[in-house]
Amino acid sequence: MKLAVTHLGVVIDDRSIVDDVTIELRPGTFHGLVGPNGSGKSTMLRCVYRALRPSTGAVFLGDDDLWQGLDAREAARRRAVVTQDHPLDLDHSVRDVVLMGRAPHKRMFERDDRRDGEIADRSLETVGMAWAAERIVTTLSGGERQRVMLARALTQEAPILVLDEPTNHLDIRAQLELLEMVRGLGLTTVAALHDLDQAASLCDEISMLREGRIVVSGPPAEVLTVEHLRDVFGVRAHLGPHPLTGRLHIAVAPLEPTDHDSPLDRQEPAR
Amino acid sequence: MADHPLRRRPHLVSGGGIVALEGALVVVLGLSLILGISWGTVTLPIGEVWGVVGSHLGWSDTTPTPVQDQIIWQFRTPRVLLAAVVGGALSLAGACLQVLARNPLADPYVLGVSSGAAFGAVLASIAGWTAIAGLGISGAAFVSALLTLLLVFVLAQRRGQVGPTRLVLAGVAISYLATAGTSFLQLYTNPLELRGIMFWILGSLANARWDDLGIPTVVMVAAMVWLLGRSRALDVMSAGDDAASALGVAVNGFRIELLVVSSLLTATAVAVSGGIGFVGLMVPHAARFVVGPGHRRMLPVAVLGGAWFMVLVDLASRIADRPNELPVGIFTAGFGAPFFLVLLRRSGRNAA
Repeated sequence: MKLAVTHLGVVIDDRSIVDDVTIELRPGTFHGLVGPNGSGKSTMLRCVYRALRPSTGAVFLGDDDLWQGLDAREAARRRAVVTQDHPLDLDHSVRDVVLMGRAPHKRMFERDDRRDGEIADRSLETVGMAWAAERIVTTLSGGERQRVMLARALTQEAPILVLDEPTNHLDIRAQLELLEMVRGLGLTTVAALHDLDQAASLCDEISMLREGRIVVSGPPAEVLTVEHLRDVFGVRAHLGPHPLTGRLHIAVAPLEPTDHDSPLDRQEPAR
Repeated sequence: MADHPLRRRPHLVSGGGIVALEGALVVVLGLSLILGISWGTVTLPIGEVWGVVGSHLGWSDTTPTPVQDQIIWQFRTPRVLLAAVVGGALSLAGACLQVLARNPLADPYVLGVSSGAAFGAVLASIAGWTAIAGLGISGAAFVSALLTLLLVFVLAQRRGQVGPTRLVLAGVAISYLATAGTSFLQLYTNPLELRGIMFWILGSLANARWDDLGIPTVVMVAAMVWLLGRSRALDVMSAGDDAASALGVAVNGFRIELLVVSSLLTATAVAVSGGIGFVGLMVPHAARFVVGPGHRRMLPVAVLGGAWFMVLVDLASRIADRPNELPVGIFTAGFGAPFFLVLLRRSGRNAA
């Protein structure tokens, strides 16, 4: 299913957080969002997962407008979400957390049936967490917990997947495991990512954002250039083939005294 | 991997054990109701007690004396039944508010509802407004409970979103304000009215009559059915607002539904029993400790457990110092807190 964000704008307290963002994802592609903190990646994604109503513009899941043509349940059958790891404070079992993914398929009073259980178990197997089904979710490590969250998203059986900095707080191995797992699913995926190297190797296309606007959008090699990294992130980077894999690799140099005058500081204060 | 070393049953009671637990709770609740009617501040032979009840229910031919009839049928029976209904309603309200505020400390007390209702009731009784408005004092308590929750929510919301922390903070602030108001009014009451004020502050079931039973029972049962129907959404809400949106719950709309249900539950309970604390906070947690946080399993256990607990503490308040009656609040905390702490320790395996 295709995902399109058209001329999206979010204004909060008279401040423009997202400004005229348009992104279109062909079915089955992996689209990365990169940009400094506060560039509007998460705000934009929250509009896609229906936590925030955009001020202007629209989000399309398939051919339907998320905010005009779909209710919350219908939307949740089309797109699933994995956000940053933040621990649940209740001691649900892993299987119960994963079964929450069936919520958008269920009516009031409808119970989980055998099929729901099978879908949940299959999702847990896909992410390699079947062994933990009966564990209390708060006893898992961060990496394990995020895999459970991915299993919950898979249990929604939605063709579109939204990832909002899903690997924050995870160790490097857990980050790679989670992202490669997602890549292997072949879903239409949009992901806000912090690690530019990971973005370069995973994404079919990347959009780079600064202050709520898309600076550049396209294949990784066109977006992740020395100039863009300097202008948007304020860092000096070297791009070259990765010594082990030969794929695009980004090496960032330490800041020099003059670099501390970052491009963001030089901007006009936001309206 | 069935033999994974860390695999264990996630909750104290699960699977078929939950049905057994619910059955056991129904039985002990039934026994407690019988015990509560049999026993009281006035000692009467057990045969006479059930002769009176039987004569009203049509399975006994005894003709009770007016005094017996008044004690057993007019006072004790509705009181015991009301205790069960109020206990169930307060537990449901607590479970609801804990999801709504996504805060384990939320209950009718913390959100200021009980204090607001007490203030309204006391104000009405002193000012004599009830005659004008045509409401009873319980009516005034009901209205002020609703108004308090509404006020707390208006204060807690920002740009149409109700933040959980803000909600609890606004509730606590309003609670202090209402308590201050009640204390102020106390200074202007004569000693005779003071007793009535203590009822609203401490809570009591002593004034229960048959007429008080209808509305709270209907509200409690309706709320229970509604909450069971929405149990999946309640579970999802506990995963956080963003996760709930992602999983297809219209979060703001659902919060309003929860607000309406918990307000009705609390307001009807407070209107007939005053500010009985601790039940709404403790019983839902106790139920979660035993059967886990899933609402489809937890809510029936919480309602039955709350009803049972309330009947027992009310009985204790009547017989601990016969023929005097002690404030029920002493017993809700006195029995509840140790029991709760035992469960808290037992469930402490996640160091939460």
